[in-house]
Amino acid sequence: MIRIERRLRQPRLLSVVVPLVSVGFAFGLIALVLLATGHDPGHTYGKLFRSAFGDTGALTSTFASATPLVFTGLAAAAAFRMNLFNIGAEGQLYFGVVGAVAAALLLHGAPGAVQIAGMCVGGAALGALWASIPGILRAFGRTNEIITSLMLNYVAGLVINFLIFDTHSYWRDTTSPSAAVFPQGKALPDAALWPVATITHAAGGVLLPLGFMVAAGAAIVLWTLYRHTRFGFELNVIADSPRAARYAGMRTRRKILAVMALSGAIAGLGGAAQAGNFDHLLDPRGLQQQFYGYTGIVVAALARYNPFAVVLVAFLLGGLKNAGFALQGADFPSGLVGVMQGIFLFSVLGGEILIRYRFRLKREPGAAHLPEPVP
Amino acid sequence: MRAITKRFPGVLANDRVDFEAASGEVHALLGENGAGKSTLSNILTGLYRPDEGEIELHGKPVHFRSPRDALDARIGMVHQHFRLVTPFTVAENVVLGDHRGEGRTLRLRPRAIERRVAELGEQYGLRVDPRARIWQLSVGEQQRVEILKTLYREARILILDEPTAVLTPQESEALFRTLRTMAAEGRTIVFISHKLNEVKAVADRVTVLRAGRSVATATAAEATAQSLAALMVGREIPAPARIATAKRPGRPALELEALCAQGDRGAPALHEVSLTVRAGEIVAVAGVAGNGQRELAETITGMRPPSGGAVKVAGVALATGDPRAAIAAGVAHVPEDRLGTGLAPSLSIASNVVLKSYRSGEASRGPFLRHGGIRRLAVEAIRRYGVSAPGPTTPARQLSGGNLQKVVLAREFSGKPRVLVAASPTRGLDVGAIETIHTYLREAAATGVAILLISEDLDEILALADRIAVLYEGRIVGERHCPGADVGEIGLLMAGGAGT
Repeated sequence: MIRIERRLRQPRLLSVVVPLVSVGFAFGLIALVLLATGHDPGHTYGKLFRSAFGDTGALTSTFASATPLVFTGLAAAAAFRMNLFNIGAEGQLYFGVVGAVAAALLLHGAPGAVQIAGMCVGGAALGALWASIPGILRAFGRTNEIITSLMLNYVAGLVINFLIFDTHSYWRDTTSPSAAVFPQGKALPDAALWPVATITHAAGGVLLPLGFMVAAGAAIVLWTLYRHTRFGFELNVIADSPRAARYAGMRTRRKILAVMALSGAIAGLGGAAQAGNFDHLLDPRGLQQQFYGYTGIVVAALARYNPFAVVLVAFLLGGLKNAGFALQGADFPSGLVGVMQGIFLFSVLGGEILIRYRFRLKREPGAAHLPEPVP
Repeated sequence: MRAITKRFPGVLANDRVDFEAASGEVHALLGENGAGKSTLSNILTGLYRPDEGEIELHGKPVHFRSPRDALDARIGMVHQHFRLVTPFTVAENVVLGDHRGEGRTLRLRPRAIERRVAELGEQYGLRVDPRARIWQLSVGEQQRVEILKTLYREARILILDEPTAVLTPQESEALFRTLRTMAAEGRTIVFISHKLNEVKAVADRVTVLRAGRSVATATAAEATAQSLAALMVGREIPAPARIATAKRPGRPALELEALCAQGDRGAPALHEVSLTVRAGEIVAVAGVAGNGQRELAETITGMRPPSGGAVKVAGVALATGDPRAAIAAGVAHVPEDRLGTGLAPSLSIASNVVLKSYRSGEASRGPFLRHGGIRRLAVEAIRRYGVSAPGPTTPARQLSGGNLQKVVLAREFSGKPRVLVAASPTRGLDVGAIETIHTYLREAAATGVAILLISEDLDEILALADRIAVLYEGRIVGERHCPGADVGEIGLLMAGGAGT
């Protein structure tokens, strides 16, 4: 008989070894699938690695795919650590784009730095505001934030559709010729486009978007907040035992609201970066096809809510996503790419159970022999 | 039971324990908390399976695969926390889970069951109305239902886990008479306890467990309380004695004025409780569990908003329902639930030491924490209160009960309190830790802290208190000076037997 027991202590070594073994296991399993479908695993893996991290072009697009994932991963990690399951980074990111684009358009003509700072503030503010709705409901009405934040994602999606397709809103482009054919958002002023740093050291140069650097900065701020501040101390206590926090005189409801707003602000900042560095306008269709918010939950889980690990995991998943696009072709169906990514995530997440539990083999004791009850 | 061994991850709960009880005897299983009494009884009732060793019943080996096997072998258990369905009637609870005869039919015949329950109650002095619903019954009555359950199933072996913890002295007496009757019929009674006097009063033989091993089996009549205590803790301990101190109670530090509060379900739990504790005085609130003690402690410390009345500290009324206001006014609180309320389980000892003082200058500067300062405070607390722990970064969860309580006390006293509300501060602790905690409480009182001791343990109250107030159904039904209080009278008051 196999018994599963909870580990009393989680050895540090395991938390490094298990993910590595999981990745190896995934590659092995994927190789079998590739062989069964008539592809050469070695060739495929080579191509995968090259198109994710292999050359400057690949790295540039990996940074681009990773940037929004760092933000949404941090947003999820900030809330999940507190046992606040904010599933709403998706919608909060949409609102971040709305806020950032509005800020840039309003600051038209101002210096670029001012416009970019304004976008950050606008995006973070709207994201925080949108996340405060489930935050207030949870803190003061005891509703389940998973349901409310999830449902508000759909509302947010409908709102951005409405802003572009159904009204002549401030965000909609009504002048350019192409906008007359198909509704689209107003383009950002040129000064509001976020710069891209070029790391010239490699041939051709890797392009590092400002958004990625802002995201890395957010990770540092978040880590400092949780580790080195009184606010973070209170959050750690509330996360561990809300009763102990109340006993110690902490204002738990305000903290719940604050964390939800913080989580939303990070997702909103992600929206600002997405608009400033990549989209340059409010694009409802494009945003809703990416599932940045939901992928961020996976990123946070894999990173075990550690802000620095979020940056790393987002980078790897961003690479995997790019490689997926590169692999697709006439002889390589997109479904197979999906299978590969699925096996990969499944193995890595499944490995987590080995860190928290251990398996023991045990012999089944003999069958019961019951005596006749003595009268 | 022979050479029973049971391991849990990281703990050897039972280490080759031998235990034997004869028909017709009351056999006490004595041991400190954590000695392995509960594990052993859970093995005997089929809840756990032993890793090694075997159980013989009436000379034949048995293997219990589930609690049902144990029930079929006619072993019954009365748990410390009752396993009753509160909205059901007494009779319904009695047949619940009984898969022979009446319990098996689709439709119950309540009349027959009720008649049988009433008969059994009459026979064993366990009178309860079979048609009453459990929530209407007192704790003592609920315990009778638990015993009736086992009698109804014709248990030959009955295990009781600390049955007197929830009873008044009078109720305990009645229980002992019932147990003697049952033993006289040839049943085996296993009586689990850590109270020496009770064991002497009711048992024929005693088996002492210490640190998971059975250390001795003795005839109760021959053993003395001292010799049993020595076996239990592994050394001689002095009989609990009251340490006389000359005291001049100071000004009123804590005043409760007609305090009312509601319980968790919204029913009134405290009715116009008025009480004064002076500086340097220990006032004990005695009472059987569930008579409003928890609500009283929580209301005074701001964790529960009162529905009427006021709490005054040094003459100033506290803002209600705000723990931070109570802390600021100098009210320290040792909560009933140490791990979970008093301490954050996964956080380090250091974090728990500054749980209330993290805003102070030593623990933080502006919005930032000073980890060095926090560490110093923790190391100091560990040293001064003799907490045995690997270091300040050890998670609270890994400490034993006594050490947890030391951490709580270290923190609460570090705030230089005026008032200390201590709820069951020694419950579940071993004898050594109890002594230590009592010493700290006495010392605090000597330095002028007003202590409100809420406890269900009369021995503790008699050893510490200057005054005793008895709480019954949310009311103070009597106040007596101590020493000089009559235990029998206090017991009657606890049972609601007499007015002031």
